[in-house]
Amino acid sequence: MYTQALDSLGKDCLPGGSADSAALEARFQARVDADEKIEPKDWMPDAYRQTLIRQISQHAHSEIVGMLPEGNWITRAPTLRRKAVLIAKVQDEGGHGMYLYSAAETLGISREQMIEQLLAGTAKYSSIFNYPTLTWADIGAVGWLVDGAAIMNQIPICRCSYGPYARAMVRICKEESFHQRQGFEIMLALARGTPEQHQMAQDALNRWWWPSIMMFGPSDTESKHTAQSMRWKIKRFTNDELRQKFIDITAPQAEFLGLRIPDAQLRKEEGSEHYHFGTIDWSEFQAVLKGNGPCNRERLEARRSAHDDGRWVREAAAAHAEKQRARTAKAA
Amino acid sequence: MSGADAQTNTEASNDARLRYLLRLGDTSLVLGQRLGEWVGHSPALEEDLGLANLALDLVGQARLLLTYAAEIEGKGRDEDALAFFRDAPQFTNLTLAEQPNGDFAQTMVRQFLIDAWQLEIYEGLASSTDTRLAAIATKALKETRYHFRFSSSWLVRLGDGTEESHRRAQNAIDGVWRFTDELFAADEVDEQMAAAGVAPRLTDLQPRWSARIDEVLREATLRRPANVSYQWHGKRGVHTEHLGHMLTEMQHLQRTYPGAQW
Repeated sequence: MYTQALDSLGKDCLPGGSADSAALEARFQARVDADEKIEPKDWMPDAYRQTLIRQISQHAHSEIVGMLPEGNWITRAPTLRRKAVLIAKVQDEGGHGMYLYSAAETLGISREQMIEQLLAGTAKYSSIFNYPTLTWADIGAVGWLVDGAAIMNQIPICRCSYGPYARAMVRICKEESFHQRQGFEIMLALARGTPEQHQMAQDALNRWWWPSIMMFGPSDTESKHTAQSMRWKIKRFTNDELRQKFIDITAPQAEFLGLRIPDAQLRKEEGSEHYHFGTIDWSEFQAVLKGNGPCNRERLEARRSAHDDGRWVREAAAAHAEKQRARTAKAA
Repeated sequence: MSGADAQTNTEASNDARLRYLLRLGDTSLVLGQRLGEWVGHSPALEEDLGLANLALDLVGQARLLLTYAAEIEGKGRDEDALAFFRDAPQFTNLTLAEQPNGDFAQTMVRQFLIDAWQLEIYEGLASSTDTRLAAIATKALKETRYHFRFSSSWLVRLGDGTEESHRRAQNAIDGVWRFTDELFAADEVDEQMAAAGVAPRLTDLQPRWSARIDEVLREATLRRPANVSYQWHGKRGVHTEHLGHMLTEMQHLQRTYPGAQW
């Protein structure tokens, strides 16, 4: 197997268009085609590396920013059991962020660099977290729909060609499916609760439905990364395939809850397992993506203040570690 | 002793036991609720996970203690009725636990002082004559050992870190030290529990707590403030203004939709 140390990789060793690089690329693609895992020290095309860095860091940032809308309800969870479950869930999201940053670090970027990109607004995170959690039912809807959509996206990544990302996803998916069930259980309690609780659940579904199905990204005809990512087996299904699968699974669940999905055109297609659904308003998706969603400013601001307010703490830890080193060296 | 006297004694001791359990449960709940406010906003990802972990343990302790308290009370209440349908004067947490998070140094100082206290309390309770309380304490003790490692190691880093962190940590200790007066101020509930072998005697625990605090402060190069008398004790239902606001937020849903199941 062809391997090379990380530090000797990158654009320098990949003279564009040379016979060598063409051979390396061909061998790389053959390994991907044979379902071999690509590991950190293996040769890989720079574009593959950059695509993974973009995708994994976006994914990590989404976990971290995603802690905010859910954390918003920790202090107001309606029972102590719900409070404990929510704290554990938000803690899991932080843990996912951590493994994903580590997976991205194997590609030659540091966590600090990635966080700088997030805070500078140059790295993206999932647009869904730019929507507010206005009532307790939103915590149910986020678990049921947002985690549900995330799982749909992420299960195929467990078979991604890049080993560290695939392995991180295996663990993450297990926890996500637990979160999705918890979210559904919150919705179930509300849907079967008092009329006000039922209304709260319906209102949350009304607000989260369309943003959730937009989480799969633009339609295949518009998606600029899909084809290449599928060749590299970073992606296994197209956005539209995953979206359809999500709707097919979720529509009967809404029916079970006794809630109405806010899409007048949604109906099961005759003689098929698939649901037909209405037209997605992509202008909303684009607006949120461009920073004009309901909470884009608040989310980034919250991350920036945590980072800025925590600077003196991180400096203290570093200073203390340095003093300890100096003391140990002196004693030796 | 006549049967009637024994009955009265059991009732008296049950009342003290209920009050004792509420104090422990409320302290864990209120401190856990405070830590929950940090989640997503900590100085670094590792601290977010650490603080969430502490919050989770404390809420878990509160659930066990309040459930037991509700059973002893025997009025058909449960952990949630106690957490969400009592007002501030009925809460009997340590006043220190309800103090606002402030900056990271204030949170860590509050945590460190209570962790050190809970270490002694739970260690004593682990051999309680009340076997159920002993089991809760044994579990909580393991958690608290970790909490203390977390908070004391941060206190050392902050105290022995930069000039700014040292100043913030010292201010934090100076700011809350008066509330430590409550930690070992035994009243009739503590006396009864100690006499019945349910709880350790507070006066026995104080020297160990004090030594533990001194050891960490020394390593952190921080100064221990002089003791002052502070008689407004949360464990007797006398609180600072902060608790009411915390409860307003925590109890919002249950109060808005009484009788609903969640």
